[in-house]
Amino acid sequence: MTARIINFTLNGQKVSTAIEPHRNLVELLQRFDLFGARESCGQGLCGCCTVLVDGKAVSGCLYFAIWADGKEVATVEHLDAGGALSKVQQAFIDCGAFQCGFCTPGFVLMTHQLLEAHPDPSDDDIRDYLNGNLCRCGAYPEIIEAVKRAAKAT
Amino acid sequence: MNQVGRSIPRLEVRAKVTGRADYTHHLRLPGMLYGKVFRSTVPHGRIRSIDTQAAKELAGVYGVFTGADIQKLIPEPYYGPAFHDQPILALDKVRHVGEPVAVVLAGDPHIADQAVQLISAEYDEIPAIYDEVEAMQPDILVHDILRPAGTFADLKHLKGRGNTNIALDYHLRRGDAEAALAGAEHVFEHTFKTQQCLHLAFEPFVSVAEPGENALIIYTANQSPSFVRIEIARLFGWPENRVRVKVPFLGGGFGGKLYIKLEALVAALAMLVRRPVKIALTMEEQFYMITKHPTTFRIKSGVAKDGRIVARTCQVHWNGGAYADIGPRVAQKSGFTAAGPYDIDNISIDSYELYSNRTPAGALRGFGVPQLVWAFESHTDLIARELGIDPVQFRRKNLLRNGRPHASGTVLHDAAITEVFDSLVARMGWDKPFERGSGTVRRGRGIAIGLKAVISPTTSVAIVNISADGSATLYTGTVDMGQGSDTAFALIVGEVLGIEAEKVRVVHSDTDVTPYDMGTLGSRSLYHMGNAVRLAAEDARVKLRALAAEAGLPEGTNYPPEEIFKKRYGMQAGNAIGTASFVPSYKPPDPQTGQSDNVTPFWMVGGSGVEVEVDTETGQVRVLRLVNAADCGKPINPGVARAQLSGAAIMQLGFTLSEAMHLDGGQVTNASLADYKIPGIGDIPPMENELVTAEQHSGPFGAKGLGESGTFGVSPAIANAIHDAVGVRVMELPITAEAVLRALRAKAGRPLDEE
Repeated sequence: MTARIINFTLNGQKVSTAIEPHRNLVELLQRFDLFGARESCGQGLCGCCTVLVDGKAVSGCLYFAIWADGKEVATVEHLDAGGALSKVQQAFIDCGAFQCGFCTPGFVLMTHQLLEAHPDPSDDDIRDYLNGNLCRCGAYPEIIEAVKRAAKAT
Repeated sequence: MNQVGRSIPRLEVRAKVTGRADYTHHLRLPGMLYGKVFRSTVPHGRIRSIDTQAAKELAGVYGVFTGADIQKLIPEPYYGPAFHDQPILALDKVRHVGEPVAVVLAGDPHIADQAVQLISAEYDEIPAIYDEVEAMQPDILVHDILRPAGTFADLKHLKGRGNTNIALDYHLRRGDAEAALAGAEHVFEHTFKTQQCLHLAFEPFVSVAEPGENALIIYTANQSPSFVRIEIARLFGWPENRVRVKVPFLGGGFGGKLYIKLEALVAALAMLVRRPVKIALTMEEQFYMITKHPTTFRIKSGVAKDGRIVARTCQVHWNGGAYADIGPRVAQKSGFTAAGPYDIDNISIDSYELYSNRTPAGALRGFGVPQLVWAFESHTDLIARELGIDPVQFRRKNLLRNGRPHASGTVLHDAAITEVFDSLVARMGWDKPFERGSGTVRRGRGIAIGLKAVISPTTSVAIVNISADGSATLYTGTVDMGQGSDTAFALIVGEVLGIEAEKVRVVHSDTDVTPYDMGTLGSRSLYHMGNAVRLAAEDARVKLRALAAEAGLPEGTNYPPEEIFKKRYGMQAGNAIGTASFVPSYKPPDPQTGQSDNVTPFWMVGGSGVEVEVDTETGQVRVLRLVNAADCGKPINPGVARAQLSGAAIMQLGFTLSEAMHLDGGQVTNASLADYKIPGIGDIPPMENELVTAEQHSGPFGAKGLGESGTFGVSPAIANAIHDAVGVRVMELPITAEAVLRALRAKAGRPLDEE
């Protein structure tokens, strides 16, 4: 298939690339050596491929790369661009909210979005918001704790 | 400052929260080809023909390969840890749906995928067998002849055996169970079943092979790199040192990524095309790689008038699927604990590993023990209820205690069975009144406890290198797949050398660099590798003292390492390298009776207590509280240890309530996360996780393995709690709302129709 030129903002930088229309956002990001968004279930069910497009979380495995044309794309890698971890990342470390770490970038990005909508989330808010992210290691209790800790650490 | 016992974050936390941790999943190499697998659509059949022509002609396809191509390179392309029974690509026959039959290589994985759709194969179908009990009869044979690997002395007698699906039969005899049953006051017999489910690591299976000059590098998401090296070298007829296996972090393992999975396939393909080859499975394909054994367990107990269990017989049938993988070891090494953590004088165990036409089964977090605990703890609860004895009292009367012989003949030491049980009972408040609900929503509570022996004998080797500035580097083949082994070992090195754990560098598995380790499995690493690491660090300290002596420093002076190096070499130069191998003592069990006075170096103990709410109109079960406790010896890193206990229990919660592979004609009909339900954040009940601190005297600083213990008690505790709530017993996992409703309706004399 013929590649198309797309222009978009990636973690704050204006970029341009040619990409075929059947490729998804995860593949696009890999071209820029960004591996934090990971394709796992391939069906938008696990959240390992979470990426923010114009500030909204999308499943990178179901989002065509060419749709990024003209958009603002942010991956987990933008969070510590200044060298310091985000408060969510720090809270995940402090609470031990992961084991293998494969799903962690998705949870971290989704938690940022959660805290924008609910700065002081209840348990139900957290469970509701993070229901689309799965963790096979079962770090959920620690993740809930980390979200609350991040909310307090403003 | 003491290092061991500090709760510290994993060494790699920053890499993991920033998305920069290194996984094989991400690896790309120049000139790399991507492989996609064409799989069998029939459960059992002789291959008549494979048509790859159209696939080969697709633009962008580099090549299409079948078993015949592999055989040109490797005449006997069969692999496996216990049996050499699994072909790299199917040869004469296919034995399960999803078995790899051909592979397309292309520079673009999408093209390889498209080409796979253009391949077709014809089979002469053979009747298939799916049930582990039916497979005992040799009416349908999955393999014509058994092919045990030469490495295990105790499997040699199986060599060349035919006309059977029994890959291994294991027997244990202690006392005279039949006579004791005949003389017992009460006899109880039940049959329990477990379902086929799977690991579903979120980094699906992925391996890359890169051919080099006189060498082959394999980058792989694998829990046993040393085994991969040895097995790939064997297949090619090479010395070990021609194969280099590198493993970064794993995106989950849980026992799935053990032994050979994709490694032989990528290795053979890379050697055929002389280019790097990567195969990364999809989530769907994981359902055709490796699973957890379905089981049927018939258990019978004789109980004396005073409530003591005097005899127990166990017949366990393990459904190993089409290829043995490590199944025979599961049947044997877990089989001997099938009678549970009870003090019973007369025990008989028969444990059978069966071939069938399902996806192969191997090790999954517990190595078969969760299936066993499901049965013996459900059974134990049923006995107590039938006799009108409180289930806690009944267990307490019969629990095995340190100093008493286990069924295997090994006297129990350092197994905190009583302590774990007491801790569960206390946390559950078993003596306090319990609110049982009313109307259509009833409450109940249940408890269960299990015992596991670590696999033996196994070896771990470690190297600790002190550099000239005093910094320390550890070389270990243990794979950190999330359990926190890097950090635990850094704490051990730090403890021995008197440095902060955070400053210890841990080098990941690279068989050119890191020494042998049997594998990261069965909760063995902290004990085996932990001991090797401790000894290697001590050896490095000895080497450092020798340098000090060579430098003419008086004995017993406390010079910092960097001063010693400088005095010895005149500048910042040199190393003090310590090495150690650790292999615990072991006595193989008698082949007839399964008896040994030293069957395992350490025991794991884990249990759970639950409170549930059951809706009698729908069968819906809600877990209101889940309490887990395990013997962790003296924890090295208590925070991570507690998370292991919790994570294991959550995983088992999925295997208990929702996870099951559904088959239709051998085809998995729910091979996706949409239809195979694993626990999500909304499914987690309030949990308490208690590390019961004891001492494993032979462990590193008193520690023992813990990764599996949290799985043991969950399933039977829930079944026991449901029984307590509504008086019905579920005999088969998973415990779905439908299963509970069926049981409720059957009890009420209004059974639901089948289907």
